[in-house]
Amino acid sequence: MVTFITSGDLENSRPSKAGLAVWTLCERELVRFFRQRNRVIGALGQPVLFWLLFGSGFGSSFRMPTESGDSVDYFQYYFPGTLVLIILFTSIFATISIIEDRREGFLQAVLVAPVSRFALVLGKVLGGSLIALAQGVLFLLLGLTIGISFSFLQCVMIVAYMFVIAIGLTALGFILAWRLDSTQGFHAIMSVFLLPMWLLSGAFFPASDNLLAYVLSVNPLTYAVAGLRRLLFGFAFPDLPTAPVCLMVTVGFAALCLTIAAWSARRTTEGDLLS
Amino acid sequence: MNAVPPAISVSDLRHKYGDRCALDALKFEVAPAEIFAFVGPNGGGKTTLFRILSTLMPMQQGEASILGCDLRVAVGPIRREIGVVFQAPSLDNKLTVDENLRHQGHLYGLRGRQFAARRDALLLQVGLIDRRGELVEKLSGGLRRRVELAKGMLHQPRLLLLDEPSTGLDPAARSDLWNYLHQLQAEQHVTIVLTTHLLEEAERADRVAILNEGKLVALDTPDALRATVGGDAITIQSKTSNRLAKDIGHQFGFSCEVLDDNVRFEQPDGHRLIAKIVEAFPGCVEAITFARPSLEDVFIDRTGHRYRQDQLSQQKKNNNKKH
Repeated sequence: MVTFITSGDLENSRPSKAGLAVWTLCERELVRFFRQRNRVIGALGQPVLFWLLFGSGFGSSFRMPTESGDSVDYFQYYFPGTLVLIILFTSIFATISIIEDRREGFLQAVLVAPVSRFALVLGKVLGGSLIALAQGVLFLLLGLTIGISFSFLQCVMIVAYMFVIAIGLTALGFILAWRLDSTQGFHAIMSVFLLPMWLLSGAFFPASDNLLAYVLSVNPLTYAVAGLRRLLFGFAFPDLPTAPVCLMVTVGFAALCLTIAAWSARRTTEGDLLS
Repeated sequence: MNAVPPAISVSDLRHKYGDRCALDALKFEVAPAEIFAFVGPNGGGKTTLFRILSTLMPMQQGEASILGCDLRVAVGPIRREIGVVFQAPSLDNKLTVDENLRHQGHLYGLRGRQFAARRDALLLQVGLIDRRGELVEKLSGGLRRRVELAKGMLHQPRLLLLDEPSTGLDPAARSDLWNYLHQLQAEQHVTIVLTTHLLEEAERADRVAILNEGKLVALDTPDALRATVGGDAITIQSKTSNRLAKDIGHQFGFSCEVLDDNVRFEQPDGHRLIAKIVEAFPGCVEAITFARPSLEDVFIDRTGHRYRQDQLSQQKKNNNKKH
């Protein structure tokens, strides 16, 4: 027959461990994402398609000079931008799950568990970032087939850099998604804010000396794209921000977004309630 | 003084949404290991109270302690000791039963072999041991509710809070649920606090609190509440109704009416009276019916209006708001 474990048996493992909570929320994100195949295809497929279409369309007319006198073609020029787009798409779509969690009720159970709000933010952001990173690495390997080559050390640095970018963008997605109650609202923000942010990051076309150059210079994604471009093609682009600046801005952006995300999720509000 | 603190103790609890008063000066205590039901029409304040007690929503005004901990300052310890089952499902449909329980366990800091043993025992108890590998979205509503229960009981809470637990369950599943709750109470001494809008369901609790328009209008055992609205209604079919009515009145000292050729009266302790009447007037009684006052009668008595009507008008109000 059924035996009951008397209370006290679990006493040893009782105190909630923040790390365990963060990991379990993160793992859940990963499992959910890769179990829904259409999400994988959506996040990876569209940027790759963009890259192939634009790459072959602009390919013949575009040459970007480098300091060493070589040039990169559009497939290569556009490659780091596509990496950032894949990270952006995946991070953002990963954070949409907060809206679903809220609507479907899962979030309620997390909110009444003995887990700090910061653990919730970290779990979500870490999960989304790892998904984005996995997609990014897949695309990076695809780069090998079009003649982009990199050493092992370069690869490690690129992956680490992508991870920082992913943290920043997932945290940004968290901030946007936390207060929204519908995924439609999120799609609207996606098209009027996030996509233009990416278009104006030097991912698509280089900066020229005008207003556009100014916009590019205040866009944190510019430094994400430039940093990856420098890591991929050596440190030889005269018009791009320097590597230390790229690194500083990207890390700073991630830290800032994570802080704001933690701050906005900190309090209990009516938004936590399911009507 | 009692050494064991009450499971829940609340006094002067108030809550407002803007100008609308959702809870008005509530005061009650829930004893350890009792099954306590909050019943009332939708919009009566049940959900607000549930959100406050489950720590989902901070309290605005008043005093409340749960298992001896102040709800205002000791949210962390309270959360470890209470299990919460929401009305809206809190399961992740894209995950299996096992995976849902594992994440829940991790959120409460449970892992390893002891956790696995606890999980398996629970799955066995709620009858889901052979469905554990299935995705939650493939399960029926009744089975999902069982997973919710298992989820809420995973960390062995001393207090289990359930919001409208039988919503969407068929009668068999509802009966299962109540059997399980009684089992938890008897074998593990878990205090169970639930909300329901069904008066019939509230009758199964040890004590019932009726909430209407944010106010506590009644609180006692179902029997005691019923006793406050007069006695049991007894109706006797007889070929000699008028004569019998007079004789009963004579012998027992109260007046009886004759309605549709039946003798009818209301008296406390009706079941005892029935035996006496049948004995005293052999051959005169063809059939006898006995009806106890329901919680609905209590609700009418305390609020001055019918319960169902109340529900309907509330629904109408809500619909108007939506359009």
